[in-house]
Amino acid sequence: MKIAVLSGKGGTGKTAVSVSLAALIPGSQYVDCDVEEPNGYIFLRPRIGKSISVELLVPTVDVQKCTGCGLCARVCQFNAIAVVRGKVLVFPEICHYCGACTIACPEGAIKEVPRQIGVVEISQDGAFIHGRLNTGESTGVPIVDELKRNLKEDAHPILDCPPGVSCSVVHAIEGCDYCILVTEPTPFGLYDLEIAVKLMERMGIPFGVVTNKASEGVDLIDEFCEKRGIDVLVKLPFSVEVAKAYSQGILPIDVDDEWRARLALLYEKVKRGSNK
Amino acid sequence: MKVCVTATGNSVESPLDPRFGRAAFFVLVDTDSMEFECIRNDAAFTGGGAGVTASQLMVDKGVDAVVTGNIGPNAMNVLKAVGIGVYRGVNGSVKENVERLKKGLLDKIEDSVPPHYGKGFGWRQV
Repeated sequence: MKIAVLSGKGGTGKTAVSVSLAALIPGSQYVDCDVEEPNGYIFLRPRIGKSISVELLVPTVDVQKCTGCGLCARVCQFNAIAVVRGKVLVFPEICHYCGACTIACPEGAIKEVPRQIGVVEISQDGAFIHGRLNTGESTGVPIVDELKRNLKEDAHPILDCPPGVSCSVVHAIEGCDYCILVTEPTPFGLYDLEIAVKLMERMGIPFGVVTNKASEGVDLIDEFCEKRGIDVLVKLPFSVEVAKAYSQGILPIDVDDEWRARLALLYEKVKRGSNK
Repeated sequence: MKVCVTATGNSVESPLDPRFGRAAFFVLVDTDSMEFECIRNDAAFTGGGAGVTASQLMVDKGVDAVVTGNIGPNAMNVLKAVGIGVYRGVNGSVKENVERLKKGLLDKIEDSVPPHYGKGFGWRQV
């Protein structure tokens, strides 16, 4: 069973929930898909055993063959090539590695060469895996794809997704059996939750909501979920103790028994609600 | 000499637009005859590479100098490669900036600002 944890809004507690679940579920695999800012390692402290370079193919020009016709610049949909006074200038950071320039070149003057955009790192025991995107790169999707090639299907992968509902989130949750949407009882939390729910409906993945930093009583997340027929799986109470521990890299379940109990309940509910 | 001034509107009376790749309009002025051509910048709202496209346009149009506010690293590389000078314009119309350039009153820009700087309409200026 592959479980994805996402939120819409950033800072609601995706990583807090993901690392806690990973620590609770025996034999699970934690997968940090937030490749722009992976931070699950702070809590799980893995010993990295293997590093895989993630590379993309970008064009280089053979100046001997190039006639400076400019076709490559015209077909590039991402403005990554300029041809000035017969000279081709390539901007690899803007390139989306589609290969159109290589196909378009009538002289066969463009060759694609690998360029590293980040790495995937796997712990010695294989229970931890995360991706890191190099600073300044435009997309983390290829790194998420590489992470997903390294999932241990039999080990309950828990995918800690990036915030938002961008391409890298879509790639991360594709093929997952259940999605946990972590939110908070604020207007911002609700606004972004609604967008995440739309994504769930579009992709047809079973999902439920976790309200973090919750207070007593019915809140705006409960009201929304009631209206839409969505399960609020568990509510995690606002806790200064948890926040303090978290800021020191200590797992919430190690300082708060209530968190431990509710996370165990969450896992039971997810198992019942998932595809598998 | 053919000068391109980035502008918020489509005439020589329009104010300078402080962005290059994401300027609203490019006003191309012949400094001898003061005849001009306005080009709407269709690349202003693309995700990336607006500066590269704008620079390509400058080269294709045979521009000798660019007057703008800030310019990104990719655009700067293209313009430098072909020797198009980039000058820092002042708050004012396209016409005023062309006059100042002719009198040698505008500073040449050598340094670029970070990528995507102009995306928030240039409001992140320091």
